[in-house]
Amino acid sequence: METFLGIDYPTLWYLVVGLLFSGYAILEGFDYGAGAWHLFLRKDLSRRIAINAIGPVWDANQVWLIIGGGALFAGFPVMYATMLSAMYIPFMLFLVLLVLRSSAIKFRSAEEMLWWRTTWDYIYFISNILISFLLGVVLGNILEGFEIGHEFKYQGGVFLSFLSPYAIMVGITTLFLFMTQGAIFLLLKTEGKLYERITFLLRKGMIFFILSFSVTSLYTLIFIPGVTDNFKENPIFFVLPVLAFLAVANVPRLVSKKKYGYALIFSSLTMAFLLMLVAFQLYPVLLPSSIHPEHSVTIYNAASSQKSLGIMLTIVAIGSPLLAAYFLFLYKTFYGKVKLDDTSY
Amino acid sequence: MDVEILARIQFAFTIAFHYIYPPLSIGIGLLMVIMEGLYLKTRKKEYEILTRFWLKIFAITFGIGVATGIIMEFEFGTNWAIYSKYVGDIFGSALAAEGLFAFGLESTFLGILLFGWNRVSPRVHFISTVGVFLGSMFSAVWIVVANSWQQTPAGYHIVGEGIHARAEVTDFWAMVFNPSSLDRIIHVWQGAFLAGAFMVLSVHAYYLRKGRYTDISKKAFKMALVVATVISFSQLISGHSSADGVAKNQPAKLAAMEGHYEESAPADLYLLGWVDNEQQEVTGLGIPGGLSFLVHQDFAAPIIGLNAFPKEDRPSQVNAVFQFYHIMIAIGMFLIGLTIYACFLWWKGKLFETKWLLWIFSFSVILPQIANQVGWFTAEMGRQPWIVYGHLRTSQGFSQEVSANQIVFSLVLFTIVYSLLFLLFLYSLNKKIKHGPYDEAQNALDII
Repeated sequence: METFLGIDYPTLWYLVVGLLFSGYAILEGFDYGAGAWHLFLRKDLSRRIAINAIGPVWDANQVWLIIGGGALFAGFPVMYATMLSAMYIPFMLFLVLLVLRSSAIKFRSAEEMLWWRTTWDYIYFISNILISFLLGVVLGNILEGFEIGHEFKYQGGVFLSFLSPYAIMVGITTLFLFMTQGAIFLLLKTEGKLYERITFLLRKGMIFFILSFSVTSLYTLIFIPGVTDNFKENPIFFVLPVLAFLAVANVPRLVSKKKYGYALIFSSLTMAFLLMLVAFQLYPVLLPSSIHPEHSVTIYNAASSQKSLGIMLTIVAIGSPLLAAYFLFLYKTFYGKVKLDDTSY
Repeated sequence: MDVEILARIQFAFTIAFHYIYPPLSIGIGLLMVIMEGLYLKTRKKEYEILTRFWLKIFAITFGIGVATGIIMEFEFGTNWAIYSKYVGDIFGSALAAEGLFAFGLESTFLGILLFGWNRVSPRVHFISTVGVFLGSMFSAVWIVVANSWQQTPAGYHIVGEGIHARAEVTDFWAMVFNPSSLDRIIHVWQGAFLAGAFMVLSVHAYYLRKGRYTDISKKAFKMALVVATVISFSQLISGHSSADGVAKNQPAKLAAMEGHYEESAPADLYLLGWVDNEQQEVTGLGIPGGLSFLVHQDFAAPIIGLNAFPKEDRPSQVNAVFQFYHIMIAIGMFLIGLTIYACFLWWKGKLFETKWLLWIFSFSVILPQIANQVGWFTAEMGRQPWIVYGHLRTSQGFSQEVSANQIVFSLVLFTIVYSLLFLLFLYSLNKKIKHGPYDEAQNALDII
């Protein structure tokens, strides 16, 4: 098997996919999270400012989902196909909600009528909450394992079986994590009374986040089988949960000191560390089979050919500096508090 | 209904709906690059007004294109799991390139394009417009490359058997430049330019008929007319080249396009007709030996007919393929005639006095849209029964785990949400057009 710096190609691609989904969680985390507070903001103007806070960047942030999905399809077609067809209902809901959410952003402020704006406000609020929740639910399902039998054949239920108690727990934690991230982002973008209001909301919200995070972590440690195996073999990686814990603990500290820039960095790091934790604990499995470990989808039995992975790694090596440059330019252009003008939503 | 049919209906519905928007974005993007380029060069206010106006329409179009496009990316996995495993290795690099090079470019610069007027200089704004336009062009390249590989696979080998069989890349550039890629990319690009140009023509023809925004509308109309005339004509050339490729690489598709059954005989070229698949007969108006002439420059040259293929290896919906194909051709010809006649009147100095012509132009936006749709239906239905030509059948490609009820559920959801989205699109388009490029209460001369 071909390697680069001593790491085999499927593992490298696993890192690429992990990086893309971390980027997606961090960036769309504040987009979805900001939207999940929408109805808690009372005035029409506040809601408009909140939407315009993400206005110039949300389309770009969505790129991470598109590239992440593409990277999964490209590098691990078996994983992509097995997960999406087994999780048919949650993914279809997720996709339709994404469309509704985009429409809400684009059309909400297009008309003045109260009924129009209120309707879109509800659609926006609910779609952001459900999107965040569903992402967590899918992650929860992956951690619990899918009922995958021989030849990656999914044998589980079809309609509502994805809503296991554990998946719901991870879903709720994800929602609160995104909401924390979203509120911190909004604080960087707002001023005056709206800023005060969000400060108040964030303090309440963080309590829920810490609570659900603790419960879910404990449940994972106690009830999810094999969760510590990889760590026992490589004790050095125990640094990951420690870092994740420190990052989580640092967020409320920074929030109470009103250092929101740093708070955003540490809540982003929280997500990155948590995803790394999940990635490390699963490795080299992508989708554990709850029927028999032998049936699990791994980075080796799901991967594209060495040739194809090599081409894609080259494409990533050329493309990612470009993408980074675009993003820096975009965020630099729109740095600072929201100012509404005639081009705003 | 069975799972395969439902999966196909859902895919056809979601992709056809999606395909209303990206061509429009690419086409309007081209016109915006021209308008803003002229503004940068001349610094005339009128070009800035035009750019800002079309940017608003571009924004809605692009937005819906992205939203409905994400669904396509995941629908391969949800509904076509076996197909996804089969082509993942090939599609992979094309998709990765699309995401990083094309989509990354267009979506990041979109923010600057839409909200950056007051934050960046006109030059940087123009660069962003060009960036978004080029990004959308690249997107089309990679998606069409992936689809062309399904039509004319190249640069691969098949590994494994039965359910584990899959195609793997052996030669990246041969895969990218497979026999049909280049022809089809150009054909798709030009279809997109036409969609955008006729959108601009329609809106400004409407204003000219109503006597609103006359000065800037004349400018915009002429700009779009030049694009439309050149591209309608070059689309004919690219279409011919594309058909030559189909004759060489997918003879069963070509035969279905003209309803040609006889195993090896000269084939006719129909202007219009009706195919009876049972009797293997076409009733219609055509040029005897016309297809033979187009392909081989000889009216008597034999063309491979549908009967040369076993029944299970040829398209079953021959009449549908025939009709879609001929609608596309008819529209293409009509657009050539229309634009040339308009140019003639322009030369005579009578273009903007000829009300009936402006009236036709106001509604002409629908024509390239229909042509783009039926063109794709021809390409995709003509490829049947294969999902990957010659290798994997559509009936073998869908997700076995997904039940008919699940697809009915998602199909109902899509139908509701997309109907709503389409109404919203038309509503806001109409509103933006009615509202116009600037406030008419102010004296137009002050602005321009």
